[in-house]
Amino acid sequence: MKDKVLEKQPQPEENKRRQFLKLSGMALVGTGLLYACSSDDDGSMPPPTPGVFDLGAGNVGILNYAYALEQLEAAFYTQVLAGSYWMNAPANEKQILEDLYNHEVIHREFFKTALNSVVSSDMVLPTVEFDFSSVNFSDRASVLGVAKILEDTGVSAYNGAGKLINVSDASGVTYLTLAGKIVSVEARHAAAIRDLLNPGSADFAGDDILIGLGTAPAFDKATPPADVLQAVAATGFVVTPFTANNLPTS
Amino acid sequence: MNFLKFLDTLSDKDLLNEKSSRRDSFDMFKTLGKGAALASIPFGLAAISTKTKAATKSMAYAAEMADEMDVLNFALTLEYLERSFYQQGLDAAGLIPSSDQAVFAKISQHEDAHVDFLVTALGSNAVAEPTFDFTGAPGGLNLDPFGDYPTFMALAQGFEDTGVRAYKGQAGALANDNALLEYALQIHSVEARHASQVRRMRGEKGWITQSNNTLPTEFAAIYGGSTPESNTTQGGVNLSGMFGQFGGDAAVTEAFDEPLTMNEVLTIASIFIVS
Repeated sequence: MKDKVLEKQPQPEENKRRQFLKLSGMALVGTGLLYACSSDDDGSMPPPTPGVFDLGAGNVGILNYAYALEQLEAAFYTQVLAGSYWMNAPANEKQILEDLYNHEVIHREFFKTALNSVVSSDMVLPTVEFDFSSVNFSDRASVLGVAKILEDTGVSAYNGAGKLINVSDASGVTYLTLAGKIVSVEARHAAAIRDLLNPGSADFAGDDILIGLGTAPAFDKATPPADVLQAVAATGFVVTPFTANNLPTS
Repeated sequence: MNFLKFLDTLSDKDLLNEKSSRRDSFDMFKTLGKGAALASIPFGLAAISTKTKAATKSMAYAAEMADEMDVLNFALTLEYLERSFYQQGLDAAGLIPSSDQAVFAKISQHEDAHVDFLVTALGSNAVAEPTFDFTGAPGGLNLDPFGDYPTFMALAQGFEDTGVRAYKGQAGALANDNALLEYALQIHSVEARHASQVRRMRGEKGWITQSNNTLPTEFAAIYGGSTPESNTTQGGVNLSGMFGQFGGDAAVTEAFDEPLTMNEVLTIASIFIVS
C-alpha cells in the first residue's frame, strides 16, 4: 500500500496518453490549466471531455477536490520516504517527514472512504498518477522546498474551499468541520517544514506567505479551487488528467 | 460591555442551534474582493446599534447577526488575551532568549493584527478588553510566566492550541456567512502555525498526539473536551485500528485537530481573566 503510486503498472495505451499529457503540460505551464477548472461566470459549462474524470459539482465536487490534493501530498511523501535524503536525514527530520507521510495517507484514505460512502464509485476520483521526476529526492533543499509549497497550498486551498461547502444539510456542516480539522494540521505541517528550512526565524508564519486584511500580514490566504488547480498543474506533477468544470465558485 | 457581561449574554443563547440554512445573510459581502482594505469592509455589524437590534430582535435575520457578533466578540476576547500575553512577555527584560525573539515578535505582531481586524469589524459592538492576570490567580493558580521562561512557553502553547480549537469550534456558527467564515479560517490556520512552532520549540511534536501534552495538569482541558484531541471518529467513521502501517491511532489523532465549544474555551480562558 505504501508504494501504491509507484507500483502502478501503466498499460500501453495509458503510456501513450501520459506522454501526450506530459508534452501538453509542458507547453502550457505558465499559461494556465491544462484543463479548465472553474465554472464560468456566464454560466456556460465546458463540454465534458470523453474519458476524463470531472471532480463533479456541489459538496461531492469539493470532497473530490480535497481528495485530489491529499493524493498529491501522500504520493509526494511516499517518494520522500523512498529517497536518500530522508534515509540519511537526522532523526528529528526523519520523524517529521514520516509523520507528514502518515497524516497525508490517512487524509487520502479518509476522503476515499468518505466519498465511496456517499456516491457511487464512478463519481469518486480514481487513483491519480503523479510524476515527481523534477524533484531531487536525494537533496534536502529540493524535498523540503516542494514540501513547503504543497503544505502552504493545502492550507490556502482548504481555507478557500470552506465557503464553497453547501451547509444546507447536516452533512454539509460535517464536511465543513472536517475541512477545519484537516486544515489546521496542514498549517502545523507548513510551519514545521518552514522552520526546518530556516530554523528559529519568523518563516514558520512568514510575511512571504501571509496576507494582511487592512493590517500587517497575519492571515493565511484563502485560494479558490481554480487558482489552486492552476498552480498544481503548473508543477507538472499530475499525470492523470481530470477536470474541475463543475465545482462551486461561490 | 465588559467580559463578564459578555459571558452573561452568551449564557442566554443557544448559539449553535439557531442556524438558518441561508448562506450570505449579509449580501453586501458578496461583492467584496478578497483582501479589500479593512476600512472599506462594510461589516454591517457596527452599524447595528443595540437599540435597533432590540427592535428587530424578532426577525431571524437580526438573531443570526447577533449570533455572529457574539462569535466575533468571543474570538476578539481570545485575541486580546494572546496579544496581552505576548506583549507582556516581550516587555519582560531577559525573559525571552535572543534566539527565540524572532518567533515571539512575529506571533505578537499577528495577534495585534487579529485584534485590530476584529475591533474594526465589530466597531462599536466590540467587547472591551478584559483585565488579564497571567498568574492564573482567577483560576486558583500561582504561575510566573513573565519571570520563568518555561512557564511562558507552556502558556504560549496552551493559548495557541486553544485558539486553534476555539476557531474550529465556531466554523459551524459562521457557516451561513461566507465572508466571516473565510476570515475566521484565515486566522485559524495562522494560530495553527503558531501552535506548531511553539510546540516544537518546547520539544513536542508540532501536531497533537492523542490528548497528550507536557503542560501543567491544570490545563488538561486544552486537549480534552466533549470532542477530545484523542478522538478517532471522523465523519461518522471510526478510524481506530485502520492505519497500523501508517503510525496507527497515534497518527490518526495527529492527522485531525478537534474543536472546543465556546463554553469549553471560556472555561479555560477564565483562569486568566479578572474581569
